[in-house]
Amino acid sequence: MERRDFLQMMALAAPALTVSGRLFAAPPGSPRFLLVFLRGGYDCANVVIPYSSSYYYESRPNIAVAKPAAPNATDGAVALDADWALAPALRASIAPLYASRQALFIPFAGTDDLSRSHFETQDSIELGQPLQGSHDLRSGFLSRLAGVVRGADPIAFTDSLPVCFRGDTDIPNISLKGVGKPVFDQRQASILSDMYTGHPLQPKVVDGLELRQVVGRVLEMAMKEASRDAISPKGFELEARRIGRLMRDQYRIGFVDIGGWDTHVNEGAAQGALANNVESLGRGLATLSQELGGEWRNTVVAVVSEFGRTFRENGNKGTDHGHGSAYWLLGGSINGGRIAGEQVRVNKASLFQDRDYPVLNEYRAVFGGLFGTLWGLSADQVQRVFPGSTPVSLQLV
Amino acid sequence: MKPEWQTLYRHEGAFEFNPARHDFGAKTLLGRPIQGSGFAEIEQAVDLLVAQPACARFISRKLASYFVADDPPRALVDRMAKTFQKTHGDIAEVLATLFESRELEASLGAKFKDPMHYVISTMRLAYDGKPVVNTHPVVNWLNALGEPLFGRQTPDGYPLTESGWASSGQISRRFEIARAIGSGNGGLFEPEDGSPPTTSGFPQLSGRLYFTAVEPFLSAHARTALDRAGSQLEWNTFLLASPDFNYR
Repeated sequence: MERRDFLQMMALAAPALTVSGRLFAAPPGSPRFLLVFLRGGYDCANVVIPYSSSYYYESRPNIAVAKPAAPNATDGAVALDADWALAPALRASIAPLYASRQALFIPFAGTDDLSRSHFETQDSIELGQPLQGSHDLRSGFLSRLAGVVRGADPIAFTDSLPVCFRGDTDIPNISLKGVGKPVFDQRQASILSDMYTGHPLQPKVVDGLELRQVVGRVLEMAMKEASRDAISPKGFELEARRIGRLMRDQYRIGFVDIGGWDTHVNEGAAQGALANNVESLGRGLATLSQELGGEWRNTVVAVVSEFGRTFRENGNKGTDHGHGSAYWLLGGSINGGRIAGEQVRVNKASLFQDRDYPVLNEYRAVFGGLFGTLWGLSADQVQRVFPGSTPVSLQLV
Repeated sequence: MKPEWQTLYRHEGAFEFNPARHDFGAKTLLGRPIQGSGFAEIEQAVDLLVAQPACARFISRKLASYFVADDPPRALVDRMAKTFQKTHGDIAEVLATLFESRELEASLGAKFKDPMHYVISTMRLAYDGKPVVNTHPVVNWLNALGEPLFGRQTPDGYPLTESGWASSGQISRRFEIARAIGSGNGGLFEPEDGSPPTTSGFPQLSGRLYFTAVEPFLSAHARTALDRAGSQLEWNTFLLASPDFNYR
């Protein structure tokens, strides 16, 4: 919403304007978007595998993932089309979504930032501003999106507020990794927030306390329902289930990040360090889709990373910082079951700087196009989210 | 390892310089040639970097940002940078310039404490004068507040500004830690070898230090909260969660 409107609303509100005051502001059936940021530059070449390229196998004598076996095989990589296959670790979780056209992949995706530095490229992507010229470090693109899409409650499922949610309005954040009962009761929470009356931190204090209560209630309900499950999920799967519940019931724009993708050493292939992380991610996303229930058809989940990795393996059976990545898009109503965006044949000649995947699908163009369609935004509104961008439509939804 | 490299090898604690992995070729850094010779090249490189005015400004600005203000006063940073250059990078001297400045004094009460600053200040208030025997609780509180000791993954270091630590989620977490710290010493005085602890019970926050350094400056809102406390634990929690205590 406009800053002016937000301030007016704050002024007119009861002494404790809370997050819950905006509960259920968006009608059911409204679009939901979750950005999943894999921090560390995940090795897309071993997850969305260019199996028809002999150069891939020449470049990775120790860590290449074997080609898919026969179509009715029960393990190994899963063919997505004639050129690309999905990592064996995703056979049970994401491959079925792809088969039912609820998942697609965009290889050669990324940003033109060439620092190959984790925090620099992550910040650059999260700010979503043109690379040239000065940057407003206090304005992230998801915050601008939340400003443009009225009534869409944003939330970051992280310990600290990510750069992409920096902006004028206060966006709440809470990590769902280890959340138990709220520590303070209503009375104590009230006394705590009263201490900050008139203080610049007051909205954040109020939001933080209220969000903790809301999440505590929601998770308690979810735990009661989940006690029928044989296997209690841990790690990202548990987090994803909670995210699914909160986005089903309340929030419309979400963000979560996952680390551990910087596989310089002993990356593994069909099995190993990367495959374990990928398997956990896939399982979490599948759980998320189930938890969203009927609202999965109104949800889009995008999985991105700051860059891909070097095409050739290094001397430590790992890979180093690269450039082009492969983004995932999942959702009940996306035009899935395909490899989307501009592509080239994968061989030595098409490598960028003779080391990485090129970037042919710039993320601001891709997401600008996606957001425009998802929320019916005008060209002006898309420009407010991604200034100076040229949205492309890959017909993702 | 080749015999001529044995003398160049260095190992100190977790640090190792291994000549077998070193590139002995000639290098150019900031326009200056550096001949391949081993670890001495690194010393030359550091000298070269420290001599750059940009280095003096960069480090001075970080220190001023941490101790004084998110966007530190230019004049202060300039004076600190000058000290840095004059003393060839003597950090103690640079800090003296900072600590003796009128800008630091003017900034008191306005800088949000990062978790390290916060946790140490709670311990000083609660336990000043009592040697801590077991630091695991401190490490755990820092972990819970998102600033694990030496745990920053990327080379930019932990945020020095309020926006890195005062999100709604972090504030609510900090209040919970305030309660944890206010509820007991968490084992700070329990020796790891199992011998009996040297103190126990709720931290007594309202000691001499509190009455001289904290109480006279408390805001009206904080006083109201403390009056509404129904127990020692609540009193401790509200004090440690107050805006007064969360800003330096």
